[in-house]
Amino acid sequence: MSNLSYEESKKKVFKGLWLLAGVTVAEVLISLFGKGYIGGDIAHSVSWLIYIVGLAIITLSIYKAYFIIYEFMHMRYEVKTLAMSVLLPTVLLVWAIIAFFQEGGSWKARRQQIKEKNEQPAKQEGMLQDDPETIHLWG
Amino acid sequence: MASTDTALEKEVHQHGGDWSGGTEPFRISYGKLMMWYFLLSDAFTFAGFLIAYGALRFSSPTWPVPDYVFKTHPFGKTELPLIFVTVMSFLLIISSVTMVRAVQEGHRENRRGVVLWMLLTVLGGVGFLSCQGWEWTNLIGREHMSVTTNPFGTHTEAGVYLDENGKESGETFRAGSSYIMHKAAVVNDEHAEAAEGHGEESHAEAGGHGEESHAEGGEHHTMTVMKSELPMDKPGFYVDERGYIHRKFKTSEGISSGDVQIEAFGPSAFGALFFFITGFHGFHVLSGVVFLLIILINAASGLYVSRKNGYEMVEKIGLYWHFVDLVWVFVFLVFYLL
Repeated sequence: MSNLSYEESKKKVFKGLWLLAGVTVAEVLISLFGKGYIGGDIAHSVSWLIYIVGLAIITLSIYKAYFIIYEFMHMRYEVKTLAMSVLLPTVLLVWAIIAFFQEGGSWKARRQQIKEKNEQPAKQEGMLQDDPETIHLWG
Repeated sequence: MASTDTALEKEVHQHGGDWSGGTEPFRISYGKLMMWYFLLSDAFTFAGFLIAYGALRFSSPTWPVPDYVFKTHPFGKTELPLIFVTVMSFLLIISSVTMVRAVQEGHRENRRGVVLWMLLTVLGGVGFLSCQGWEWTNLIGREHMSVTTNPFGTHTEAGVYLDENGKESGETFRAGSSYIMHKAAVVNDEHAEAAEGHGEESHAEAGGHGEESHAEGGEHHTMTVMKSELPMDKPGFYVDERGYIHRKFKTSEGISSGDVQIEAFGPSAFGALFFFITGFHGFHVLSGVVFLLIILINAASGLYVSRKNGYEMVEKIGLYWHFVDLVWVFVFLVFYLL
């Protein structure tokens, strides 16, 4: 547990409230700027700005997550091996994100091809042969 | 031999440490450790859903823009993109903070403090659920979004809408701008006579709808149609079998420039993902509120006073409650901000 006195930790909690609220407001403002509601047409005219905006919002969200886990859920004051046993498995998700977003992007790029393939009739030679030796296995 | 065994046992008890019982691995109680691992598994479930959202969004040529979809709110007529969900986020953040205070009061064995701060936490959770209830009602009842139908579409090319007579109106749009398809009030033919008065009513309702939330839609959604007339093809718009009004427009760029097209539905996965993921999160909030209430009553009854373990039960539900807030950080990120 923390070595802070009751009064100190009470103060710290309300500081946390302002921090989280401030970060959330910043996120919303950045998002609205990226969508062109604030700051006029800059967001629409500069094409790479949308990536900066996205990156900024994601970074702020991860900071919020870190703060909630380490301060509110007291992970900072737990044994380090406990923290690692909970946090390290989530690294697997990084791979899942890369893999599935890649998959989604490729699906979009091949939309036309997928549509054409779906419309083709099934080929005879691609089907299972009626082999008298094994047909009983298929019921 | 017998004496050796006892000596060995003694040694294990004195120096064997973690494997002989009596000590807590990771210096944390069993209950809290298992809560952490439950939350880890729950995080994987939510991550799976959110990654599915991302993959499907990446795979679609267009996707509804969240600040267009989520711009309605119950306070007045002006449109405020994202403000209502920001309020919802604040409710969860505040209830998370009051939960931390409840845990702190628990460490001091202060029963009144625990009960007060937990009560405020419950209020925050109920407030959040009410807001979500309003949001869902609005999306389903007024904007006619469902698990399979998504009336929020996106233009892929710039163009201009057609007016009642099929002529180009002054209403232009650019590529990437969003639209919502409204629904006409559909009247059954057998009841046409009897429903005359009723039809007037839905007429007025649909009219209010258009003015209130989506002024750009023109006067089309103020209409009432007979069921037998559907699908209805007019110069300016097309009404499908279910009553959704697809407005016609002429594109002004790209290879199909000059063609007259009708508004199409947006990607249907959007509705399914939205209702499923926010619903799953809302269900977590709901069960959190129920467990908070149970532990609140237990705390108030003095059950945890006799345990003298610093209100550990409050700590455990606190971990869960912060996790619900944590998940919302990411739901808020992918559904509303990006």
